[in-house]
Amino acid sequence: MKALLILIVLMNLDKNKCFAFLSFSDQVLSITAKTQEQVELLKNVSTQYETVLWQPVSPEYIKEEEPVHLSPSAFAQSFASRFCFRVLLDNTNEMIELQTRNDSTDPRSSSSYYERYHSLEDIYYWINRTTQEHPEMVKVVLIGSSYEKRPLYALKISVGEKQDKKAIWIDCGIHAREWISPAFCMWFSLSYYNQNQDITHILNHMDVYVLPVMNPDGYKYTWTTNRMWRKNRSYSTDSSCVGVDLNRNFDANWCTEGASDKPCSEIYCGAFPESEPESEAVANFLRSHKDSVQLYLTIHSYSQMLLFPYSCTLDEAENHNELLVMAQEAAQKIRRYYRNTYKYGAGGKTIYLAPGGSDDWAYNLGIKYSFTFELQDRGRYGFLLPPSHISKACNEALIAVKTIALRVIEKTQAPQ
Amino acid sequence: MNLTILIVMAVLTGVLGSPYVTDTDVTPGSDSAGMSAHPNSVPEAADGTEVFHEEGVVEEEGVEEDVMATGELNPSHYPAQRAANVVKHYLNTRYGSPYRWVGLHKVHSANAEEVAESGRKYHLEISVQEMTGNTTEKCSAEVLFPALENQRSPQVQASCEALLTANTTAQEEALYQQYRRNHTLLSGHNLPDSYGHIDPDMKPLWHLGGVASSFVMLKESTENTLYNMAQVANVTQLETENDQLRFNYHVLLHDMVSQEIIHWKLLVTWSPAEGVKVLQMEELPKCEHCEVPPKPN
Repeated sequence: MKALLILIVLMNLDKNKCFAFLSFSDQVLSITAKTQEQVELLKNVSTQYETVLWQPVSPEYIKEEEPVHLSPSAFAQSFASRFCFRVLLDNTNEMIELQTRNDSTDPRSSSSYYERYHSLEDIYYWINRTTQEHPEMVKVVLIGSSYEKRPLYALKISVGEKQDKKAIWIDCGIHAREWISPAFCMWFSLSYYNQNQDITHILNHMDVYVLPVMNPDGYKYTWTTNRMWRKNRSYSTDSSCVGVDLNRNFDANWCTEGASDKPCSEIYCGAFPESEPESEAVANFLRSHKDSVQLYLTIHSYSQMLLFPYSCTLDEAENHNELLVMAQEAAQKIRRYYRNTYKYGAGGKTIYLAPGGSDDWAYNLGIKYSFTFELQDRGRYGFLLPPSHISKACNEALIAVKTIALRVIEKTQAPQ
Repeated sequence: MNLTILIVMAVLTGVLGSPYVTDTDVTPGSDSAGMSAHPNSVPEAADGTEVFHEEGVVEEEGVEEDVMATGELNPSHYPAQRAANVVKHYLNTRYGSPYRWVGLHKVHSANAEEVAESGRKYHLEISVQEMTGNTTEKCSAEVLFPALENQRSPQVQASCEALLTANTTAQEEALYQQYRRNHTLLSGHNLPDSYGHIDPDMKPLWHLGGVASSFVMLKESTENTLYNMAQVANVTQLETENDQLRFNYHVLLHDMVSQEIIHWKLLVTWSPAEGVKVLQMEELPKCEHCEVPPKPN
């Protein structure tokens, strides 16, 4: 009903805009053709450029002086400047979100479910609900359990009948205090149910595995005891200090410079590679799916960077330039659409040596497209990023994921 | 036209995460309140002062260089960023106040040279941002990290275009008078809290904590650290002495390189006339078992 009211208000305003534009694939525009030539152009656009035509029902009914309502693809730049148009709905996905949101929990927040941080229990509940609501698309895969025996659930998002599709893996929440990371995995999954063309394209070619919280024990601990906790919660026999840095626990130049063998360190590498049940579970899953998984993504915060191998050495990866171009394109998209700056480069050279990371390990396993994203911000709030920043932080990361996933498909799969 | 169908489609069809542009003013101002109030439609949402990182200026990088190399450095890589952050801390110690908190905006260029027997010197062209008012300006700076044998703090020289000229005198004076008049001394904890929330009344104390933390971070920085204030765990106002407001701070600093959270206790004074001073600083021991109890949500 709210949508109806807003729409009516919008439709009664006759403020047309007639200037060149950047992008509005998230909008519904009203365009009125003034000449026959424009009618032809609109018909052309409506049929060819993956535009969603909302009115009239089919391009053949487009006439002079009759408003046409459409939701153009990002391609729309080329033609929009030639028309006067006005915006009917300015952010359609948001409208949908407003209609479907769950207002139940946090009384302090008036924002939607996905623009809040959620406790571990809430996330487990969300996983459960998601699989029930989208049984045709989403399966839950138990890949292992944490040190404190909490389940590690990954979602498998898959459409269509086609078997043995290639796949994307995304994990979030390796580091407990980086709360924006699990929030991104939830946001990302949501985007798959409200499909757009890029997403449809990706899902037609790839299945997607999403592990929303790789370190549930640590995440829980940040909610109950210490907000700045990073590691998992495993006890070692020879120290009173708790926890291993799961992103130093993989078998990629394990425990060399950039990690610590001291259990009290925040970058403690663990007793041996994959000593921790969380990293072992992910490694086992990827080993058994290494022929299908073509893109590995791991989500962290903060500092706004798109990183790729290697982090465990200053050497360049074999396809360094290819990865660099992909990361650069993703960073450019973020800048263009969200006006935010993300640095990019090989981890070791861009920031510092960090051996034993999951991205390097996955790369060495044979997943040639492997990335670590560091989401917002650049330090003002750091790990304590306010919920009001979640939507932008996630949207810009999402466009980076889409950009890279589309490139991977282009590079690895012959046109069909 | 069939409005109902359009609405149904508007509701059903969606493209979450698709790019949209916020600065083109596509919606007439008066009618878009319902949607622009939503954070999704206006990323610079709510409180403009909270936007720290975006000003449209963007670096293009991709040039390679060796870590700790001398000569021209990639401005977006950590060696240059670390040195530039030291300049930021330095500027805070010189010019900081509850209304003047400097952040690093961008490194334009950086190069490093070995200086015989004294260490490594970085020459930097940077932009800094005043985070409470969101103004940026350019600075030229030199940072000398002493050679490891003599463990001194980095030495900094900096000159900025128009050094932080935004006039905050009136705000500072008002805040100063308000704090002086307090019948009960102020205290606060967890700025921001676990969920990123910070009471508007507490923001000046958060900023002051950030400025005070820069004194520690300037002193502690080396070429192998990258410090950032993670949180003000606690702040308590003490009795005013000699017209100086006094505060005890317990701050959490995050070092990116070691990923450690280190705890410092600071005795901070401030007045508009004298500026911010840190009279005492003490690193608290890392303590696994004396963690702050959870705050009920």
